Amino acid sequence: MAMFSQNPVLDGPNYSFAEAPQARADGFREHRFNPYTDNGGTTVAVAGDGFAMMAGDTRSTSGYSINTRFAPKVFKIGGSTSSQEDANILLSVVGFAADGEALKERLDAICKMYRYRHGKPMTVNACAKRLSTILYQKRFFPYYVYAILGGLDEENKGAVYSYDPVGSYEREQCRAGGAAASLIMPFLDNQVNFKNQYIPGSGVGHALQERERTPLPRSDVEVLVKDAFDSAVERHIEVGDALQVMVITKDGIEEKILPLKQD
Amino acid sequence: MPGFDFSNYNRNAALHARGVPLPKATSTGTTIVGCIYDGGVVIAADTRATSGPIVADKNCEKLHYIAPQIWCAGAGTAADTEFTTALISSQLELHSLSTGRKPRVVTCMTLLKQHLFRYQGHIGAYLVVAGVDPTGVHLFTVHAHGSTDKLPYVTMGSGSLAAMSVFETQWKPTLTQQDAMKLCSEAIQAGIFNDLGSGSNVDVAVITADKTTLHRGYVKPNERSQKLKNYKFARGTTAVLNEKIITKDEIGKYVSVQTVEGEQMEVDS
Repeated sequence: MAMFSQNPVLDGPNYSFAEAPQARADGFREHRFNPYTDNGGTTVAVAGDGFAMMAGDTRSTSGYSINTRFAPKVFKIGGSTSSQEDANILLSVVGFAADGEALKERLDAICKMYRYRHGKPMTVNACAKRLSTILYQKRFFPYYVYAILGGLDEENKGAVYSYDPVGSYEREQCRAGGAAASLIMPFLDNQVNFKNQYIPGSGVGHALQERERTPLPRSDVEVLVKDAFDSAVERHIEVGDALQVMVITKDGIEEKILPLKQD
Repeated sequence: MPGFDFSNYNRNAALHARGVPLPKATSTGTTIVGCIYDGGVVIAADTRATSGPIVADKNCEKLHYIAPQIWCAGAGTAADTEFTTALISSQLELHSLSTGRKPRVVTCMTLLKQHLFRYQGHIGAYLVVAGVDPTGVHLFTVHAHGSTDKLPYVTMGSGSLAAMSVFETQWKPTLTQQDAMKLCSEAIQAGIFNDLGSGSNVDVAVITADKTTLHRGYVKPNERSQKLKNYKFARGTTAVLNEKIITKDEIGKYVSVQTVEGEQMEVDS
């Protein structure tokens, strides 16, 4: 088994180039190259009434090392210039950072071309479908990323679209992606979609009424997202350093950076 | 000595051949260090235990007792460091009793390396052994395969490179106890912040000719932040599909009951 250092304690996830040629039973050595690396990190997106919030930690890792403590993974997409001042869509990418960067650049270029040709920005649902096609075009050499697209729909309601690496997508109220997705998603199901919550005293056994689902106000979502990340940092080694939060409303996009634990 | 039970070996080998993966052991992907100073020795460790990328224990103890004046910091497979140090501690105690002398650090190191070499690295214990005995102050490292080193300052574990960078820039031949404790704690903090396998707090043990002092949580640079919201649910939020109540008086029919006076268990508010 290949290790990424001489220290046996470090025997963990590998660098893509560190794979040693494996000797087969017939004595021949098979040389391989693994083009993917997992850079860790986690993203969360929540749609509310009149806003969509996208958040991601800024740590980039490989193995047990930190590449940088500040590598943003939430991007503004489709503005008319590179400053993205008039952007109307957010994209978060987590997984293999190089593919994430490439995917962001490609989607941004496509949205910019659309704006140039049609004289108006792309709608979020159109962009969502386009992103799906981009991902599926590389079905047999995928972009190794979990992408989430966010924005406002034609009724000014918050919209969140989540993707798998080969383009299967779905519009949702909320989604967590990346390393600590399995830690955060159950929390979101319970706190955003009120799963497993019933109205006390509304019935007995199966007759019990579920708590009614209503879109959360922005202040509540901000609290949930910060708490979700603080908890993920406690239990996942690849999550930490800083939290980048972007909120898209009809007035534009706001961005802020909050501190997270650095260990 | 009876040793290990290999009765499931053939079954597990067959299972593994059919693609069943090995169970994941809790590993203390760790930073541990040690440093000699004028009059004693200091060892230190972080307190994170991991299972893959998940933090299994945020505040575990990696500083193990071997003898009153001999302590050991462990990295590698958590169970192996725990049991190996306990086993050698027991053997050393018996040896000390039969010889009527204080145990020596070299003896401890030799017992450890012979035990680990016999198991050809399958016991994944990586140790820093430190202590004071009638022959003086000693500091060793022992690797899982059985090799040992004797040095004035040492580091081990996944954060060993980060920690060694501190020693290589700050260490000097003459150190006071305070200097050595500060140096070791800074080396551990380099591991905590730059190695993902290490985290949480710094534990330090100081061994001198007359006593050993364990500083559990010597530095706590990673306190958990306050949650912004209270997540307490209203009573009745969880669905109850079936209910059966057994009163305290009735419970005697199912089990034997004995009332014990004692302190209340500490629970989360």
